[in-house]
Amino acid sequence: MPAAPVLEVRDLRVEYVTTRGAVAAVDGVDLDVHEGEFVGLVGESACGKSTLLFAIAQLLSPPATVRAGSVVFRGHDLVTMTDRQLRSLRWRDYSVVMQSAMNALNPVLSIGAQFEDALVAHTRMSGRQMTERSVEVLRLVGIDPIHLRSYPHQLSGGMRQRAMIAMALLFTPDLVIMDEPTSALDVVAQRSLMVQIKDLQRRLGFAVVFVTHDMSLVSHFSDRLLVMYAGQVVEAGPTRTVFDRPAHPYSRGLLDAFPSVRGPRVPLTGIPGAPPDLARPPAGCRFHPRCPVAFDDCPHVAPELYQVGDARARCLLHAPDRSAPTTSAAAAVPAADPADDPADDPADDPVGESAGESAGEPVGARVGEPVGAPVDEPAEEEEVRR
Amino acid sequence: MTPALIEARGLTKHFKVGGLFSHTLLHAVDGADFAIGSGEIVALVGESGSGKSTVARLLAKVHRPTSGEIFSQGRPLSSMRSRRQVLAYRGDVPMVFQDPFSSLNPAYRVSHGILRGLILHRPELGRAERAAEAERVVEAVGLTPAADVLDRYPYELSGGQRQRIGFAQALAYRPKLILADEPVSMLDVSIRIGLLNLMASLRDREGVSFLYITHDIASARYVSDRLLVMYAGHIVESGPTESVLADPKHPYTQLLLSAVPDPRAPLAVQAAEVSEPPLMIEPGEGCRFRGRCPLAVEQCIEITPRPRELAPGHSAACHLAGRVEAGR
Repeated sequence: MPAAPVLEVRDLRVEYVTTRGAVAAVDGVDLDVHEGEFVGLVGESACGKSTLLFAIAQLLSPPATVRAGSVVFRGHDLVTMTDRQLRSLRWRDYSVVMQSAMNALNPVLSIGAQFEDALVAHTRMSGRQMTERSVEVLRLVGIDPIHLRSYPHQLSGGMRQRAMIAMALLFTPDLVIMDEPTSALDVVAQRSLMVQIKDLQRRLGFAVVFVTHDMSLVSHFSDRLLVMYAGQVVEAGPTRTVFDRPAHPYSRGLLDAFPSVRGPRVPLTGIPGAPPDLARPPAGCRFHPRCPVAFDDCPHVAPELYQVGDARARCLLHAPDRSAPTTSAAAAVPAADPADDPADDPADDPVGESAGESAGEPVGARVGEPVGAPVDEPAEEEEVRR
Repeated sequence: MTPALIEARGLTKHFKVGGLFSHTLLHAVDGADFAIGSGEIVALVGESGSGKSTVARLLAKVHRPTSGEIFSQGRPLSSMRSRRQVLAYRGDVPMVFQDPFSSLNPAYRVSHGILRGLILHRPELGRAERAAEAERVVEAVGLTPAADVLDRYPYELSGGQRQRIGFAQALAYRPKLILADEPVSMLDVSIRIGLLNLMASLRDREGVSFLYITHDIASARYVSDRLLVMYAGHIVESGPTESVLADPKHPYTQLLLSAVPDPRAPLAVQAAEVSEPPLMIEPGEGCRFRGRCPLAVEQCIEITPRPRELAPGHSAACHLAGRVEAGR
């Protein structure tokens, strides 16, 4: 895309000050969002994804502070702006849809009154204009305008969430930040809301940053995907690439963690272990204690984001300058697996299998081209799955 | 044939809604018939507010049914009057709750809940036997070293570990059927699978049955042997899991299935569905799905469809099921 991004986050670091010292919930995150783009941000609880959103929207409150980095929105660095300056951008240019609409809406005010509050705070309009605009945005999200007089408890969960989205669209902002807007809904309502968000986005052209822990949810809706783990982005790339050829073992683990309703039933393992304590993140690669393909270097060398095809992954398996002994170590550990009798290996799961494949791959890859090599590996994986 | 572990016949629960003198009734569960055998996982699937949790609470004897009856191994629940009988039944059919953060008492060590349950439900055990049994069940749910875990407080455990403690507590009673009400919906996607696998392994190793209540049909498919689909208080479809999912007969099941996000399949683009809330308050006659059903005909307004068996063990409550397939 030739135009400058709507949002440019550079090397952002957010720390929580605790009695045990500073905890970096967001550690060196880069993120670009272009006009009209839908960016999905996925990860487990406590990986820092909500903190990142709050930092972008400048909604952090103590003990969280932005320690380093910048959040440039349409040329303004939000981090250095004063509250007064921010007020002119907030809601008009970027808006936030919170996780639980039940708690985010005021229970003692009607929907219309809450819309009016937002309109009064950010613009000068006559009462009639405000009503007109409120009716307009409610229609956009498919709610009967009669509900302007309803209170939040009179609406269903899905309608409340849609009302929140309508409120975020009052000023047709350039960027809408969504924090798990569908997590309280059941599958049918979830799907219908996602289709609607995507449709609105196409018609009105705003960009979306969408946070969720359910990777499958955004699979058909986001243009690009960022996977976060322990405060860092571990994989970033076009959604299709990340789903078809996950380069980071954590993304693959997430992808293999949810069962499918179609195809054969395959035993799954999820990701063993729990996310690390961010006050004391593991040395080297932060994922190595849970990683099925970890090798000798992983506890010692902190990986960067390496280019893998059109995506980037923070995994030493994709380091361009990996020395020969490293490679053989990587190949040797998992390669022992298939050599063993596979029947008596209870850990013979999809993750473990792919581990053997992907780790074995670079040996041949070093002869050919390192980037292209992992491409045909997931294709095999696909077949296994079906 | 030996009687089923649990059988419900015409199970109905109505709640009064509105003011003190209101006579308006919310039909949470209406005429549900189902049975759960031993050593099987039955998934009860439906959207929020469809009456799934009410079914679990009826089975747990939290609510008394408005009409209909539940049989535990052939014996009607309404005949269990004495404290001893009720206690024995509660030990047979314990419940695991949705929220692992509020279902364990934060002031006590993990061992407390398990040991208390043992004193109450298995009084024949001595102190040392109880301690041994507590360690056994904690190990059975995959938490080791058991002695160490028992000594911790709930805040020292992650959500997934706490939910495992919930299962361990239920397991301590030597249950026949565990009612698991959305046991994984509060957990991270990456941890859910571990608990689903745990349910399957408890079924296989301990012979426990489960009623797994969820709105996630994909996880229901992963773990369950049979499926009950619920909509607005009615069980609209039931049958062996694979049979129901391979060939869903009820339009609601078809809708549920199409809503599941599947990154491995291409998106079937569809317009955002404008959903009408299910008819549950004084619903009257007629199919409760008719407002959202793409196939609804005149008959659906007038006559409530009854479950019809369309394939072995697989039935659906829809006038058109089995008839429209040719046209679909």
